[in-house]
Amino acid sequence: MKLSTKRKAVNFFALSMSLAAMAFGLFWLFWILWMVLDLGVGALKPTLFTEMTPPPGEAGGLKNAIAGSLIMVGLAMLIATPLATLAGIYLAEYGQRSWLGKVTRFVNDILLSAPSIVIGLFVYAIYVAKAGKFSGMSGALALALLAIPVMVRTTENMLALVPNSLREAAFALGAPKWRVILMVTLRSAKSGIVTGILLSVARISGETAPLLFTALSNQFWSTNLSEPMASLPATIFKFAMSPFADWQQLAWAGVFIITLGVLILNIIARVMFRSSPQR
Amino acid sequence: MKNSPSKSKLGDLLFFNLTRAVAMLTLLVLAGIIVSLTISAWPSIKTFGFGFLTSSEWNPPAEQFGALVPIYGTLVTSLIALVIALPISFGIALFLTELSPTWLRRPLGIAIELLAGIPSIVYGIWGLLVFAPVFGEHVQPKIAETLGEVPVIGELFSGPTFGIGLLAAGIILAIMIIPFITSVMRDVFELTPAMLKESCYGLGGTTWEVVRNVVLPYTRVGVIGGVMLGLGRALGETMAVTFVIGNASLLESPSLFMPGNSITSLLANEFAEASPGLYTAALIELGLILFVITFIVLSLSKLLLHSLEKNSGGKHVG
Repeated sequence: MKLSTKRKAVNFFALSMSLAAMAFGLFWLFWILWMVLDLGVGALKPTLFTEMTPPPGEAGGLKNAIAGSLIMVGLAMLIATPLATLAGIYLAEYGQRSWLGKVTRFVNDILLSAPSIVIGLFVYAIYVAKAGKFSGMSGALALALLAIPVMVRTTENMLALVPNSLREAAFALGAPKWRVILMVTLRSAKSGIVTGILLSVARISGETAPLLFTALSNQFWSTNLSEPMASLPATIFKFAMSPFADWQQLAWAGVFIITLGVLILNIIARVMFRSSPQR
Repeated sequence: MKNSPSKSKLGDLLFFNLTRAVAMLTLLVLAGIIVSLTISAWPSIKTFGFGFLTSSEWNPPAEQFGALVPIYGTLVTSLIALVIALPISFGIALFLTELSPTWLRRPLGIAIELLAGIPSIVYGIWGLLVFAPVFGEHVQPKIAETLGEVPVIGELFSGPTFGIGLLAAGIILAIMIIPFITSVMRDVFELTPAMLKESCYGLGGTTWEVVRNVVLPYTRVGVIGGVMLGLGRALGETMAVTFVIGNASLLESPSLFMPGNSITSLLANEFAEASPGLYTAALIELGLILFVITFIVLSLSKLLLHSLEKNSGGKHVG
């Protein structure tokens, strides 16, 4: 075989493999989404939102689980948003070059990818074990700890995109740095920061592992934050692992709700970020 | 004047220290994780010492705990995931950076990123109720007939075909980490200066030769960083693994078809029901071991990516 033919053949083979890899990746995505759609839509019914999680063999819904998830995710974001925004401001506006900034950025990146189950253990050790019982509050705390690194990262990146000329213009008017940050920089990075909030919500609303050691689960309606609280992911876990067909059916309905919610949040976040003028 | 100079200085001082204190909170969380888990695991650390890492006995009623089986399960499933995900991610990154028409790059990139957005519990229920039956009925027998007949490695692919088990868990982990490795690889591939690539094309190189001889050597450090990031993710993944690994604390056969346990699946299954005392402490020690391993892997990943960024003018990747 001529050398050039061989080189062309190798090239053709490698690029075909690359195409195959792409198809392989998409194959899984479509298979998973298709099954979630197929089995999830079949399990959807209005009673999902009006009835409690049932004992095996009885009809019921996911009302308490959905409410529990909303409460804990909402509370987690209330804790995480101010903290993460302030930490992001420090990294982008004060600590770009300081050692504290560098170390914080490094640790934050690690916590971003750290196993969420370890965060659950941590909250168990500092909160649940001390309080002596599982509680919705500790679940919200665990979710907040998972949301913070995501938000710190996006906030820092979005603030870094704000052009320096804006800051300089505000300084030239005699504004102190904290007012420049709050009134100018933060404001022009607003849509980016909202993107970060949406992505964090998407990330934590599907989290299951940390809730198993903190909020546990609750078969009944409860909005008491110092008692165990049901959540959609923990309920799915319990129902899907069970041998009962109607529980599995409810689990698929729950999976459909979560997946739809997470994908919609991801898409809104993308659209928002694209339409923001700072891009 | 509303803002006297001294007042604005005070505001600056307060605001600076507030943001700095919150940033330090991140460091505090890291220290808190290590310290609190060590304290909570202390009864187990004191009782079993280093034997904890080498004993394969996990017997809650007898209060005998060893971490070998779950550590083995975690390492083996993550390794399977890497072996599958590495070439696939490389192929996808290559496709997205060199091969795909420009208008397709964004939608295809988003599609792969969506794989990372799907919650792990969805992978879990899909893996258990959809993937595992298909895998056990159609794929595993074929693997047993082909790879199972090869000497030496054949034993890894033998035994009953349940569907669920170490191999299924590894495959699902692979799907889950593909988007993470791909995204890093794509970012670092794009760091390669166009001039270097064009020089190789100018000498008559094919696309593959450009990637093999220019892009890969230039981005090698970043590629390894991306792989480590994927490994870190795989080691700590919980729900998907818990659903499909089979949850059996056995270490009798080397076969990857067998059910097993990983650190995370053991924790997810047993923690809420564990009696306080030595049992809980042993489980927390497992969590501590997992955290230390992932911390090292992820730190290496960050350091490698950082060193590539430095050479490429401070662009942020990963």
